[in-house]
Amino acid sequence: MDHPSLVTLDRDSAPRVVFAGDRLVEVDLPPGTRCIYPKPPLAGIKDPDAAIRYAINHPLGSDPLHAKLRPGMRVTIAVDDISVPLPPMRRPDVRERVLTIVLQMLADHGVDDIEIVIALGIHRRLKAHEIRHIVGDKIFDAYYPERLYNHDAEDKANIKLVGHSDHGEVLNLNRRAAESDLLIYVNLNFVAMNGGHKSVAVGLCDYESLRHHHNPSTIRASDSYMDPAGSKLAHDITRLGKVAHKALDIFTIETTVNNRMFDRNLDFLMKNEDDLTGKERLLSKALVAATAKLPQPARQAIFDKFPAPYELTGVFAGSAEAVHQKAIQRCFDQYLVPISGQADVLVTPIPFISPYNVHAFLNPLLVQVLAQGYLFNMYRGAPLVKKGGTLILLHPCTDKFDHEQHAPYVDFFHQLLPETRDGMELMHRYERKYASNPAHIQMFRNGHAYHPAHPFFMWYWGENGRQHLGRVIVVGADNEYIPKMMGWETAASMEDALYRAKGGQARSLDVTLLHVPAIVMGDMTPPSAPKSSSGGGAS
Amino acid sequence: MAACYFDVDGTLVSTNLVHPTLYYLVNQGTPVQSALRLGKALIQAPRMAVAELLDRRTFNELLFSAYAGMSEDRLEVLGEDVFKEVLLPSLYPSAKALVAQSLAAGHDVVFVSGALECVIRHLAKLLGATEVIANRLEIKEGIATGKMLRPVVAGPEKARIIRDHARAKGYDLDECFAFSDSYSDVPMLSVVGHPAAVNPDRRLALMARAYSWPSFDLSQPI
Repeated sequence: MDHPSLVTLDRDSAPRVVFAGDRLVEVDLPPGTRCIYPKPPLAGIKDPDAAIRYAINHPLGSDPLHAKLRPGMRVTIAVDDISVPLPPMRRPDVRERVLTIVLQMLADHGVDDIEIVIALGIHRRLKAHEIRHIVGDKIFDAYYPERLYNHDAEDKANIKLVGHSDHGEVLNLNRRAAESDLLIYVNLNFVAMNGGHKSVAVGLCDYESLRHHHNPSTIRASDSYMDPAGSKLAHDITRLGKVAHKALDIFTIETTVNNRMFDRNLDFLMKNEDDLTGKERLLSKALVAATAKLPQPARQAIFDKFPAPYELTGVFAGSAEAVHQKAIQRCFDQYLVPISGQADVLVTPIPFISPYNVHAFLNPLLVQVLAQGYLFNMYRGAPLVKKGGTLILLHPCTDKFDHEQHAPYVDFFHQLLPETRDGMELMHRYERKYASNPAHIQMFRNGHAYHPAHPFFMWYWGENGRQHLGRVIVVGADNEYIPKMMGWETAASMEDALYRAKGGQARSLDVTLLHVPAIVMGDMTPPSAPKSSSGGGAS
Repeated sequence: MAACYFDVDGTLVSTNLVHPTLYYLVNQGTPVQSALRLGKALIQAPRMAVAELLDRRTFNELLFSAYAGMSEDRLEVLGEDVFKEVLLPSLYPSAKALVAQSLAAGHDVVFVSGALECVIRHLAKLLGATEVIANRLEIKEGIATGKMLRPVVAGPEKARIIRDHARAKGYDLDECFAFSDSYSDVPMLSVVGHPAAVNPDRRLALMARAYSWPSFDLSQPI
């Protein structure tokens, strides 16, 4: 018997209501289509503060936090940035809760040399109001900006060589963190690729240290980067994370949240459309009609306006590896839906938000990241779609880039992609040169733009999807050239896309819909035949 | 090989061409000389205001006519003072980082400025610029005539100067960068492969947005 989150459509099934960017649309899918719905949200912890206290006093593989503290010591607290969770959660953010308790404990033990660093890696700098949202008013007012600030991966004077991995890879980290007596990392594990060694080794490093694993070959060899066991990305980062843990005293606090992305009046968007109540059906129709009529800025404003009511489902503290194992398990409890039999066609609606466009428009490169990257990788065991299969995505693919956040993306997209879509060629011929573009570095350091290497990494993020998929067809594109630049086809309708996916043959297709945006992963029973290429993961 | 071409006034420093000129005028040998020169300059002010709106080159020529009669030695000596007293305090907090980043990327850094070379050269030395292309006064028998030597560095002429400079140095213009704050420098920005608007005026900001040029502000420290 199928899992309750796995729904097979029949002739009487209602159209599916899914996101196509910031619009909601109704899509008719053929009978027999399997829809993977997000699991219902796990129950939130009733007393989050008590759970946090318990975790840091009963850590895994480490002394309790209080036992590490002594007056006069130098402590740095690193915090995940606004790329998680999505959309940003309702206040108080989980990180505010953790920080409040940790800072109180530090004060109780006479520790006052404390700085809080937003662990951006090479993401954009957060604005003051975004930092306030994460850490809360009290902490913000007490620490910002002198003792609460964004990590600057291009501030050479404040980047320190911490060591080398046994593969000769260099690890440079934020100097303040590297020279502290204790580094506390406060994480929010939104998807299974977050957290673990990635927190410190990526969040506090520089471009040179990222290149060892943020490259096409690592992603190609990752058999789902959402499954740490099969992810070469995770293995490679772990290698560098161990360098950090050897050199520094790190106390890790990982948290998990449920997938209550929508408030109670909109949570029907995660439900089987055939099970909607009359009122929900009406509201669904109204939303489809409204988002079709409203101009784009108004639609974006609506979705930006409502933070998600995520609830804490787990908090674990101690050594990175022990903590991460528990956090990953909690993530999988929430996200994994068992399924067997890979599809010929995977249909993925593309929502309005990704980790890299909070408060900005989802540009075409980020559509690619979601489609061939994140959503393709939402599996454990084996991809949801067969090797050489088809991905059908729903999105307008509008040629629009946020001028502030995504300035370096424009050059990448419109100058380089017309030259080549080959990730290896892009990396070898262009990456380093573009990564040192002085204007874009200035926008990264002085403004709120992503680092000029970031669009390259975003392209590489789709590498294993690109290698695995036979074709990608876009339904609902408002132009043809943007999909074409990414090597995709366009179709006027879902029917047309499915017809093309058949390749002119009179055969039925196994179609699977991943009913996002609330996070859901397919726990795919691997096919019995040995896999041919893309998988494997590394040591 | 490539270069980063920087406009200076308004881009790297918050001053404009008028500020150093005023410093020169009020620091003459005697108060009477200063008053006389300031008076002459004030008479020219309405014409300069109109020229500023219509033609940057004419504006420069009118402005630099105020230097007529100053000795070359005094221009040189005061050049360093102008740099210390006027330019240095007006240096944008993040200007140094931008120039340093340009050098770190392996580019030559060339200042292309309508200001006087004897002033800009000191800023170039401080920031590590490779070369300065700036206006120079015509000197006859050790005295400034108030005219400028050709080519006058202003407006569209900057584009031609950059093109010639790149050709002479063997730079690929497609790989070169240009940075300016002013719409009047659009020609200069347009000849390179990587234009950027720095502390842009309203019209340049709109243009940068339309063409997706990088646009940023150096007035905030990093």
